[in-house]
This record gives sequence, structure tokens and C-alpha cells, in this order.
Amino acid sequence: MLIDVHAHFHTERSSRPDWRDLNQRRLTAGRQMGITAHVASILGSYGARSPVYFPSQDDIRHANDALAALCAEHRGLVYGYCVVNPNYTDHAVREIESRVAAGFVGVKLAASRRADDRLLDPIADTARQCGVPILHHIWQHRRRDWPGQEASDAVEFVALARRHPGTKFILAHLGGGGDWQHSLRVLRGVVNVWVDLSGSGLDCGMLEAAVAAVGVERLLWGADITLDTGLAKLRYLESILPPNEVAAVRHGNAEAVFPPGAFR
Amino acid sequence: MTVDVSTFVGPYPFRHLPDPSPGGLLRQMDRLGIDHAWVGHLPSAFYRDPAPGTEELLRLVAPHRDRLLPVPAVHPGLPRWEDDLRAAADAGAPAVRVYPGQQALSPAGPEMVALVAAAAGHRLPVLLTVKLEDLRQRHPLDTAPDLPPSGVRALARLEAGARLLVTHADRGFVEEVHFGLTPDEARRVLWEISWIWGPPEDHLALVLETVGVERFTFGTGMPLRLPDGAVAKLDLLAPAAADRARLTGANLQRWRE
Repeated sequence: MLIDVHAHFHTERSSRPDWRDLNQRRLTAGRQMGITAHVASILGSYGARSPVYFPSQDDIRHANDALAALCAEHRGLVYGYCVVNPNYTDHAVREIESRVAAGFVGVKLAASRRADDRLLDPIADTARQCGVPILHHIWQHRRRDWPGQEASDAVEFVALARRHPGTKFILAHLGGGGDWQHSLRVLRGVVNVWVDLSGSGLDCGMLEAAVAAVGVERLLWGADITLDTGLAKLRYLESILPPNEVAAVRHGNAEAVFPPGAFR
Repeated sequence: MTVDVSTFVGPYPFRHLPDPSPGGLLRQMDRLGIDHAWVGHLPSAFYRDPAPGTEELLRLVAPHRDRLLPVPAVHPGLPRWEDDLRAAADAGAPAVRVYPGQQALSPAGPEMVALVAAAAGHRLPVLLTVKLEDLRQRHPLDTAPDLPPSGVRALARLEAGARLLVTHADRGFVEEVHFGLTPDEARRVLWEISWIWGPPEDHLALVLETVGVERFTFGTGMPLRLPDGAVAKLDLLAPAAADRARLTGANLQRWRE
């Protein structure tokens, strides 16, 4: 088994004419790599009708509908994160409750509001009540504001996680750009946060440092935008970890984070 | 025969590297079936004068010359840099490296123009690195700019004998240079693949088709980057066996002739 905990798909609202091919290429390459579960989100209209990281309610609804359809079309292969924008709190809570009831297995928070903002508390509470983890977009050591997003770093993210010890959180794309060493320092000892290894970054030393900082049991394999770098990290892990630990990163840890039986 | 044109030995000033020794490089090469590597001396990119770094590089690779070929750095802003270029040629280097960003040189300024011309006289390609690390993760003191596409275009237009091997470029960079050159000029440039995205975006597959498979060669960026990335790209690309052979060494050999 190989579970990609950080995948994305697109819809006709995405600002790319090749959206259908792009979705298909992810599935095709995933098959080639042996991915047995794509746990995915659709980030609204990816900027076409509302900003990628500040999706409108209408774009969120459309994206989550489209993902539900993909999950149904590829049952047992594609799984859904419910995308929400915490600035629309009531809508976000309703979306999470209804989507999880319909089979989604997690919540995706991008960068519409800083992670340590109290406005995220109802989201974290709802995720806990529904028994699903929150995958949160993270800028590894944000030293300034970046355009187009209200990005959070691990310090801000962990503030949220500490306020909600009963909720499971996933720090997104450790290899997704930024200073991963900073994030790993923050995550030591924060037991309700798992680390998603995805991202295009392939720094030597990153995987060893992640193992040392949080332990193999809190690492989750993922790819995000680039499947090739995901495969590279997996192969490298196979060269430094014993098979049982590789299996934990491939799927065992994810099976423990997501609802019981989600990937049967 | 797989040749990795983008490797280094030596420490990096802004991040700890687990094992930047020749032995570490060879272990990774063995693990992935890489036969030969073109090796730069990483700290030399930051030295005021890279010449002592070259001495160290030659000493480090000397026991492994059957597999590790030294690619010394030259700083064309220094007095008598031509001596360093000649020494590189005499040492059997397959190319020389230059770091205009780290050396505070204009990417296509007079020093760079002079180096490319002189290297052509020695039949040595000039190896240019677009970036050593992603801009988003740089150390606060690491303010060297990425190499701009305009610089590569300008250098490629200089003269027929110029040979530029460009590493760590992404799709947009490759396209902006390649389609901004005449076909003759474009043949002076060879692109290393390690920073070009694979699936699902499939940037590598696209540029192999649009720019031409003959314009690309294999590299990894070790020990800054996991070498598995470049190999995984090729595996997922699943090119015809002949194309894989071209990408992993034959293109490089033909381009140097």
C-alpha cells in the first residue's frame, strides 16, 4: 500500500484548459508508482473565480462537489479532504459535517487565515468531533508575508494544535519550500501533529532530520504537485530505514491518522 | 553509462550536509547506478578566490579519477584568472564552473564574456548553476541572485565555439532561453534535468518534445539534493531505451565533440 496524503485535483473551473488531462496524469503516474490512495483536495477554482488561498463559498462548494464525484468515480483510490475557508465559519462547519458524513476523510486548510487565529477553533473542534485530521498548508519558517496567501508557519500551526490536543493535525509539505529545519524544531514533542513529506524540495538531510525530530511514526508520505519528488523521497527512505518503518511511512501511519477503516 | 554532471564535494555554508565527501558521493552513485560524476567544489562558490578550493578538489578526487572528474571554479573577475582556466584544462577537467551570482559578476558582463570565449579556446564547456537552493529557504545572508535566463541567452549568442552547460534550471527558464536563440545558438547550450518537474505536470516530457531530447543531460545536484529525484523523473518518464541512453550520457558526449 502507498497512501499519498497530499494530492490535488482540478475541475473545469480551474484556470487551466488541461485540467482533465492533469487529473488523469496524476492517476496514471500514481498507478506507475504504486499509489493505492490519493487523499486529495481541490483548492476552489485555483484563482479563476476567487484566489487559490482565499476561496469563495461558491468555489468551495463546487470544488468539494467535484471531489466527491471523483471519489465516487474512483472509489477506493481517491479520497477527499473537505476544503474550507475559516472566514466563513458557519459555512465551513456545515461543509465539514456534511462532507465527512458523505465519506470525506479529512479537512484541508490552506492560507485564508493565520493558523493561530481563534477563528480556526470551531474548525478544529468540528474536525475532532467528526474524527478526521486537518491538513494545513504551511510555509516552513515564514519570515515575512507572501503575496496571495495568509500563510502560517509551524509556530503558528503548533499554537492551534496545542489548543486542540484532541484533534489530529498534519503539517503540509515539509519539502514544499522554506526552512524545514525551523519547522522540525517546533514540532518536537507535539504529539498531535504529523508531518507530510511532500513538496518539490529534495534537500539532502531533510528526511534524516525529520526522523530524528519527530520519529518515523509521525511521518506521512505525500507528493503534492510533483509526484517525481515524492517517489524520490520514498526511494531514499527505503535506503535508510528498515522495511517495517518504510511501511509505516508508506501507509501505516496514515491509516492511524485517518478514520478507522478509511482505506479498506 | 550514466554521467551525473551536477555534483559537488565539500560543505555548504548555509546548511549542514550529511556527507559531502567523495566517499559519500560514490556511495550514492553506486546505490543508483551512476557511473561517473562531474564534481565541483561547493565552498569554492563562496570563496573570494576559488583557486585554493580547486587544489582541494583535485586532491579529494585524485583517488577516484576513474569515476569523479573535477570541475574547478574560475572567477573571471580576478587578476590572471586565465591561469586558473589553463590549470583546469591541464588537470583534465571536462568543464569549468563559474558562479556569477555568488561572485557578484554581471551574468553576461565583460568578465563572463571573456571567460566563455577563453574557455571555448580550450574547448571547455562553462557550467552555470541557476541556483543552489530554492529562493524560499535561503539563509538570510545568502543573497546571491539566481542566474537569469537573459544572461544565458547573451552568453550563448557570443560565438560558435561557446559551450554552456546549465544546471538546476526549471521548465520556464529552459524555454525562455531556448526559444530566444537561433537554432545554431541553441545548440551551444546543454540542459541538466534535475529541477525540471516530472508528472503530473510533466514539464520534462514537454521540453524533451518541444526543445528536443538532444538538448538535455542527466544530473542530480548531490549532495545538496537527493539524487533519487533525477532518476525518478527518468523512470516515470519511461522514455524509449535509446532516449534514456541519450539523456544519461550520449547527448553529453556528442555535445562535447
